[in-house]
Amino acid sequence: MGIGSLMMMFAGLTSAYIVKRNQANWLTFDLPSFFWYSTAAILLSSITLFAAEKMFKQRQIIKYRTLIITTLLLGVLFIFFQILGFKVLSENDIKLTGNVSYSFLYVIVIMHLAHVVGGLIALMGLFAKSFSTKIMSYNIVPVELMSTYWHFVDVLWIYLLVFLIMIR
Amino acid sequence: MSSEATLQHADVHDAHHEHHHHETFISKYVFSQDHKMIAKQFLVTGIIWAIIGGLFSVIFRFQLGYPESTFPWLEDLLGHWAAGGKLKPEFYYALVTMHGTILVFFVLTAGLSGTFANFLIPLQVGARDMASPFLNMLSYWFFFLSSIIMFTSLFVQTGPASGGWTIYPPLSALGDASSGAKIGMDLWLVSMAMFIVSALLGGLNYITTILNMRTKGMSMTRLPLTIWSLFFTAVLGVLSFPVLLSGAILLLFDRNLGTSFFLSDIVIAGKILPNEGGSAILFQHLFWFLGHPEVYIILLPAMGMSSEIISVNSRKPIFGYMAMVGSVFAIAILAFLVWAHHMFITGLNPFLGSAFVLLTLLIAVPSAIKVFNWITTLWRANIRFTPAMLFAIGFVSLFISGGLTGIFLGNSALDLHLHDTYFVVAHFHIVMGVASFFGMFAGVYHWFPKMFGRYLNDTMAFIHFWITIIGAYLIFWPMHYEGLAGMPRRYYDFSGWSSFNMFSGLNEFISLIAMIVFAAQLLFVFNFFYSMFKGRKVADTNPWGSNTLEWTTPINPGHGNWPGEIPEVYRGAYDYAKDGKEFIPQNVPIGDDESKAH
Repeated sequence: MGIGSLMMMFAGLTSAYIVKRNQANWLTFDLPSFFWYSTAAILLSSITLFAAEKMFKQRQIIKYRTLIITTLLLGVLFIFFQILGFKVLSENDIKLTGNVSYSFLYVIVIMHLAHVVGGLIALMGLFAKSFSTKIMSYNIVPVELMSTYWHFVDVLWIYLLVFLIMIR
Repeated sequence: MSSEATLQHADVHDAHHEHHHHETFISKYVFSQDHKMIAKQFLVTGIIWAIIGGLFSVIFRFQLGYPESTFPWLEDLLGHWAAGGKLKPEFYYALVTMHGTILVFFVLTAGLSGTFANFLIPLQVGARDMASPFLNMLSYWFFFLSSIIMFTSLFVQTGPASGGWTIYPPLSALGDASSGAKIGMDLWLVSMAMFIVSALLGGLNYITTILNMRTKGMSMTRLPLTIWSLFFTAVLGVLSFPVLLSGAILLLFDRNLGTSFFLSDIVIAGKILPNEGGSAILFQHLFWFLGHPEVYIILLPAMGMSSEIISVNSRKPIFGYMAMVGSVFAIAILAFLVWAHHMFITGLNPFLGSAFVLLTLLIAVPSAIKVFNWITTLWRANIRFTPAMLFAIGFVSLFISGGLTGIFLGNSALDLHLHDTYFVVAHFHIVMGVASFFGMFAGVYHWFPKMFGRYLNDTMAFIHFWITIIGAYLIFWPMHYEGLAGMPRRYYDFSGWSSFNMFSGLNEFISLIAMIVFAAQLLFVFNFFYSMFKGRKVADTNPWGSNTLEWTTPINPGHGNWPGEIPEVYRGAYDYAKDGKEFIPQNVPIGDDESKAH
């Protein structure tokens, strides 16, 4: 249900985008290639998290830990590439306060980024927890929640990317 | 999961259940995770907001009723906002805005479904607590934070937000547009963002609890109608509030970071603004995509509670249980498809408008089914006129009166004339405002014994009821005539128009009644807090002879609700007057010789 609620927010934003597109003063632009690199990073991170969940179920905690930290690093890489992408955009004079189409790009991508950051914080929590030696909890629920959320954020990015390319 | 662990814990140690919680004052009354305490927190916060919001309406009614007079005490109360004892126009509009915001969101959303969803869902579905008591607590504290921010905005130098509760840009997007569009507006938006977080956390919990935590035998079709309506309320909230959040975020960007989502071609005081390409109408779409479901977020809990209370006090099964569930479902779906009927005059394509007219008028069908079922339940019943029952019947009356004018407004051709007049004010105050308040009062009078183990005073309750229902009609009925004559809402002073001068006596009358009705609400507030400590004690676990599970708990249930096993459910919630028995609670097994009727 939480995902339903997130979907509605982004549906609101993207439908606003569609409405605006048909009005005057709409400028189109190309996405910098860094956005493609970041896409690769987040796709990879979904795969590593999927593997991590599998390892957790097999109670291979070392492998699980490595895969979680890999996912985390890939998430950071995603953010890094996005920041580089925005740098390229702003060098080409595509800024938040410019044309509305630029503003939309910024807001939509930043809102998504905020959700990625939230996911990274949760990943750090899981990573820290995997070191607790006293009691090793094999409760799968937090891991499953994490992976559902992360895959959702991943799919959301793909949707947004396709959306930003197709609808202009 | 921790909640499951607590459950097992409670089951094993049932005899000593309450001794296992070493509760301090803080953990019991402040950061409580008990759904019943959280419900009371929502209720008391809601009551405080209702007093503030109600007081605001009384103050601006002074201006509308007596536009020529001055009231020195207003200056004592409001300082420079009422210099010389007369409200300033800016502050008048701020009061109107805050009255709407407070009543719609803080009282009738958080105060109503926050209270009763929290209180009734675990008790009526047979659960020890919510699916996640922790998130539930967070939900209240986000609401509290949001309340504090909104309350603070009342005291800033430039005043609280004042663009109407719908905060349409450009008025709300430009700090220079008015004094109420400065810091007060930012606080409004931030407060509302917190409020949305609270509503989402609460809503997710309600839905999960209803779907996953029902006791043995409690199939979905045996749920009391209160639970069904709270369920759909939560679904509406979870799906519509995020859209307002995205609107609020874009508005915050426009206000503070120089974007132009909602702004284009604006000239302020001869200065042309650089903003280009935005659309103010876009905001209206985003706002009303929440705004219309919001109407039902407010109304559905009142419908559910009234259904339950009417059935209990009629000593008859509710007429057409499945039809009731189906019509709530239909209303919930249609709620998402009618938002543009608030926007007929925005230049909306007339063809699109007619589609929205059709969908809007369709809502009359499930609404009429519900009204028919309530009346049929009352028909030839052995009615007990408890205060709760009176308010529930009052709800039905107001829902009919207010609903009928909705059919007028839903027609785009008529709406062109009636839009933004007092006709609209009368319509939504009756059908959404007062009616939902009646549902809320009915709920408080009915479940107060369960909440506090004491009864409310009946005499005060009857005085409260009669003044409120007569007063509500006296206030809002004349407004229909004013609206038909074209009198616009939100205006500060009508004395400048000869066409509206004929209403000055009527306006004064409305203001006078509004004050009396407000005084009656203070009587309720007094009754509420007095009875909480001094009211007659409840002696019977099931004082109303009701079938639902909350009355199988002890008079003052501890955290965990049932000291022993959670009761099992064998039947629906409406086996009244069956086989010669007055009522058969849900936890009574079906007898061998029991008839299959109902």
